[in-house]
Amino acid sequence: MRAEARLGFILLLTPLLLWLTLLIIIPHIDMFLISIRERVAVRTYETGFANYLTFFTEPLYLVTFMRTALMSVLATVMTLIIAFPVSYYIAKIAKGRLQSALFLLCLVPFWVSELVRTFGWMILLRETGIFSNLLQFVGIVDGPVEMLYNDTAMMVGLIYTSMLFMVVPLVTTLESLDDSVIEAGYDLGGNAITVTREIVIPHATPGIVSGCIVVFMLSLGNYLTPTMLGGKESLWFTELIYSQFIVRFNWELGAAFGFLLLGLSSFIVWIALRLTGQTLEKTMG
Amino acid sequence: MTPDLECVKLTKTFDTIKAVDDVSFQVPAGSFFSILGPSGCGKTTIMRMVAGFLDPTSGDIQIKGKSVLDIAPNKRPVNMVFQHLALFPMMNIGDNIGYGLRRAGASKAEIATKVGEVLERIGLPGIAERKVDQLSGGQKQRIAIARCMVLEPDVLLLDEPLGALDLKLREHMKIELKSLQSAFDTTFVYITHDQSEALVMSDQVAVMNEGRFEQLGTARELYYDPKTPFVAGFVGDSNRWSGTVDASSGNEVRIKTVSGVSLTGSAQGRPLAKGDRAQVFVRPEAIRVALKADGISAFENRIVGTVSSLLFNGANSRVLVRDDASGGEIDVALPQSGEFASLTKGAPLHIGWNAGQATCFAGGTE
Amino acid sequence: MKRYTNKLKLSLTVAALSVAGFAGTASAETLRILTWGGYAPDSVVDMFTAETGIDVEVTKSNNEEMIAKLRATGGGGFDLAQPSQDRISGPQAEFDIYKPIDMSKIDTSLFVASMLDATKSNTMIGSDVYGLPHVWGTSGLVVDTAKAGGVKDYLDLCGSDVAGKVSYRLKRPTLIGFAFAMGMDPFAAYGDAAAYKGIIDKVEAKLIECKSGVKTYWGGGDELMGLMRSGEVVASMAWDTGGWKLNADNADITFVAPASGALGWIDTFALPRKTKAEDAAYKWINFVMQPKIAAMITAEAGNFTSSLGADDFASAELKARFQGSFPPADVDNIKWYPTVPAGLEAIEGAALDRVKAAK
Repeated sequence: MRAEARLGFILLLTPLLLWLTLLIIIPHIDMFLISIRERVAVRTYETGFANYLTFFTEPLYLVTFMRTALMSVLATVMTLIIAFPVSYYIAKIAKGRLQSALFLLCLVPFWVSELVRTFGWMILLRETGIFSNLLQFVGIVDGPVEMLYNDTAMMVGLIYTSMLFMVVPLVTTLESLDDSVIEAGYDLGGNAITVTREIVIPHATPGIVSGCIVVFMLSLGNYLTPTMLGGKESLWFTELIYSQFIVRFNWELGAAFGFLLLGLSSFIVWIALRLTGQTLEKTMG
Repeated sequence: MTPDLECVKLTKTFDTIKAVDDVSFQVPAGSFFSILGPSGCGKTTIMRMVAGFLDPTSGDIQIKGKSVLDIAPNKRPVNMVFQHLALFPMMNIGDNIGYGLRRAGASKAEIATKVGEVLERIGLPGIAERKVDQLSGGQKQRIAIARCMVLEPDVLLLDEPLGALDLKLREHMKIELKSLQSAFDTTFVYITHDQSEALVMSDQVAVMNEGRFEQLGTARELYYDPKTPFVAGFVGDSNRWSGTVDASSGNEVRIKTVSGVSLTGSAQGRPLAKGDRAQVFVRPEAIRVALKADGISAFENRIVGTVSSLLFNGANSRVLVRDDASGGEIDVALPQSGEFASLTKGAPLHIGWNAGQATCFAGGTE
Repeated sequence: MKRYTNKLKLSLTVAALSVAGFAGTASAETLRILTWGGYAPDSVVDMFTAETGIDVEVTKSNNEEMIAKLRATGGGGFDLAQPSQDRISGPQAEFDIYKPIDMSKIDTSLFVASMLDATKSNTMIGSDVYGLPHVWGTSGLVVDTAKAGGVKDYLDLCGSDVAGKVSYRLKRPTLIGFAFAMGMDPFAAYGDAAAYKGIIDKVEAKLIECKSGVKTYWGGGDELMGLMRSGEVVASMAWDTGGWKLNADNADITFVAPASGALGWIDTFALPRKTKAEDAAYKWINFVMQPKIAAMITAEAGNFTSSLGADDFASAELKARFQGSFPPADVDNIKWYPTVPAGLEAIEGAALDRVKAAK
C-alpha cells in the first residue's frame, strides 16, 4: 500500500520535475556556464567574470538597466493608479451582467497577440495615425503630430499591456472585502479618501503587491512594446540582451546580462516587499 | 420630549416592489426599540435608510427632531453595528475603536484615553493592541458596539448582530446587550428575525411584515394581545385552527373548526358575526394539561387526546397531543413539575384552556 | 566545460528523441531551408517537389538569426542556409556551424563565373569552400524624389531640410555606408581593428549628431514600407528591392544609389554542419540555379541571381528599374562587402548601443 502510494506520488511528480529540470534548471545552468566564459581568441575561452564586470564598468549598460528599471517602476505605479479605480468599480460598484461585461472588456485585448495590440497603438499614435488626424480635424493642431517613438508612447504601451495583470489580483482581493466593512468605514465618519486609505488599500495590499510584482516583471522583461513604440528612443535592457545574442553573436555577454537582469530584478522586488512589509508567501498564497 | 428617532410615512420602492410601505414610528430617547420580522420584510431597508445608505422614496427621517435626509451617512449622528460586525481586520482593536475618533479629528492623546475608557466599560480593558482575529465572538460583539459608542451617537442601529453567534453565547449576549444599552444610556434600534431577542431586550417592538408595521407595542402586548393573525403567529408559538363562527355573544365567540371541533375564543373587540370565516390562535403554554378530566373542568375548551410525541427539551419540553375527536395535533407545553414525568407516548391526556387565551381573528384559509 | 556539454547533450538527446517520435512518421525526404523571404517561393518549391519527390520546409530569417539559430544547435536543424557571403567565414571560424561544399556535386556552368569565383574566395577557409553565390543586390537610399530630391548620399540624411522625416536601420550597413560617405574606407580597415575602431568612432559621433533628425530606426522591411508609403519618412537607407517595390505604388519613390557608392551584398548557399539531407540540398542548388527558375525567384524577391542567363527571363520592368537606379558608373561604384573578420561585430555593436542610448 505504502509502496503504491509512493509510486503514485513519483509518477505525479515526474512531469513537473522533468519540466523543471529540462526546461528551467538545465538551460539556466548552461546559460550560467556561458556567462562565465571569456572569449580570448577565436574558439578559445577562459573562465571568469569579465562579462559581469563589463556590465558594471561600461556606463551604457548600467544606465540602460537603471532606465529600464525606473521606467518599469513608473509603469507599475501608473498601472496601479489607473487599475485601482477600475478594479474597485468592477469589484464593488458594478453588479451582475455589467460586472462580467467590464471584466470581459479588460480581457478582450488579450485575445490578440501582443504584437497586434502594439500595432494597434502604432496606428493610433503615428504621425499619419488616427489621433493625429482627429486633432487636426477638430482644429486643435495645424499640422500632423508625431506621438510615437518617445517615452510617453512606450509608457502608454506598457501600461496597456500590463493592465489585466493588475486588474485581476486587485478585483480578486477587493471582492473579498466585505461591503459592510466599507459601509462601516463611512458610517463611523470616514469619507471616500479616508475609507480608501485606511480600509480599502490595507485590505487590498496583498493584491496590490502581487499585481505590482507581476506588472514590474512583465514590463522589465518586455521586448516588443518598448522596441516598437519607443522607436529610436526605446533603449530597453531586454533589447540589449537580444542584440548581444542575435546581432553581436556575443552569447557570453548576453547570458551575463540575462543573469544580471534576473538577479537585479529579484533584488528590486525583494526591496519592495521589504518596504511594504509584505512577504512573497502572503501575496502569492 | 422629542423622540431620538422619528420616521414619518417612510416609503422605499425598488423598481416596482414596495420594500417599505408608509411606515411611521417614534423611538423615545434612551429606549431599546426593535423591529422584528421575517427576512425580506423590509426591516433592513428601514435601518439602511436611517443610517443613510439608502434614500427613502418618500417620507422623512428625523433625529432629535431634525430631518437627516440631506446628511450623508458619515455625518449622521447615527452609528451602526453590522450583521457580521464589520470590524476592520486590518487594524488592531484600539485602532478599530479609535477609527471614528480619528475621523472626527480628535487628538492622539484624547483617542487613547477614550479608547481606554470604552474598553473599560465593556469589560475588556487592555486589549487595544490585540488583533481582531484573536478575539472570541462575544468579545468582537462588544468591540463592535464600543466602536460606535465611543462616538456617542444619538441612535445606535444594530442589524441582527447576534446572528453569527452560537446559541449559548447568543442567550448570554442578549442580556449583555441590554445592560450595555442601559450603561451607555443610548437609544438602540435593533432589527432581528429572532423573536426571543426582540422580546427579551426591547422596550418596544415593531412587528413588520411585507413592508408594513403589523403592530407596535411592548413585548407583553405583542404576546398577550396580538392585533393581527400575523403577529399572533409570528410572536411566540401558537396552535392555529380555522373555521366558521357558530355563535357570538359580546367578546366570546364559538367557532366550528374545519375538522369539526367546536372552540370558544375571545374576539377582543373585533367584529365577528355568525357565519364569518375565522381563525383561532392558542399558545402551547396557555394550555393546561391534566391526567384526569376533572383537572380541566374549569376551562371552556376541553379536549381529550392521546400523546403522539414527547419532545423533551428541559424547561421548554412539549408534548404533541392528538385530538381523539378530530385527529388534529395540538402543541402543548409540558410543565416540569414532576407530575407528568412518567408520561409516555400513547397515554391518554386531557387538555383545556380558557376562552380568553384563544385569540380569534376574522378571515383565514382552509 | 566538458561536464556541462555532456549534460546538455543528454537533455538535447531526450528532447530530440521525443521530437523524433513525432517526426518519424513523415517518411518522405525533407529539405529544411533557412533563408530569406522570397528566396524559396511556393511555386518553385512545388516544382522541385514534383520533380524530385523531396518535401521542402522553408524558414524565413535574416543573417543574424540564421547564425544564431545554427550556433544554438551547433549547425543542426536545417539542411541548407543562405547567409550573406561576408558572414560565413567569420562565424565559421568562431562557431564551426558550416560544412565545406563538395564542388563536384555542383553544376558550376549554371553560375556567372566571376561571381562564383569571388564568393568562393570570400568564403574559403584553407582549401574548403563554404559558400556559393545565389541572390545579390545592393543597399543604398530610398528617396521620395518629390519631397526630398536633395538626398543623394547617406550624409544628406542628416540635412535640416529632411529633419524628422528620415529613417535608417541601426545595423552595420549604416555604419559602413556613413563611413564611405564621410570619405573613409572601412573595408580597407577590416584587417586592422584599431584603425577600424577609429573609423567607427567617427561614424558613431556623426550618427549621434544626426539622431535628432531621425524619425525612428526601422527594424523590418514592412515597417519601412509603411513609413515611406504614409509619407512620414521621405528618405531612408534601404535595400534596392524595397525602393523598387515602393516605386511600383508611387512613382516618386525609388531607390537611389548613393554618390559614395551603393553597398553590394551576395546571399549564398551554405551547408549547416549537421545537415541531414546534403544530397537534397545539392539538388535544390542545381535546381534553382537553372535560368528559368532563377528568374522566378528574381520576380519574387526583386533581386537578381548569379544564375547565368537568367537575365533573359527577367521582366523588362525589373530591368528598367535596375537601370534607372544604376547608371553604368554607379554599378562600377558598388562597394561589395568583403568578409567580416571575427570580432569586428563587437566594435560595431558597442558603437550602435551608444548611438541608441544617446539623446
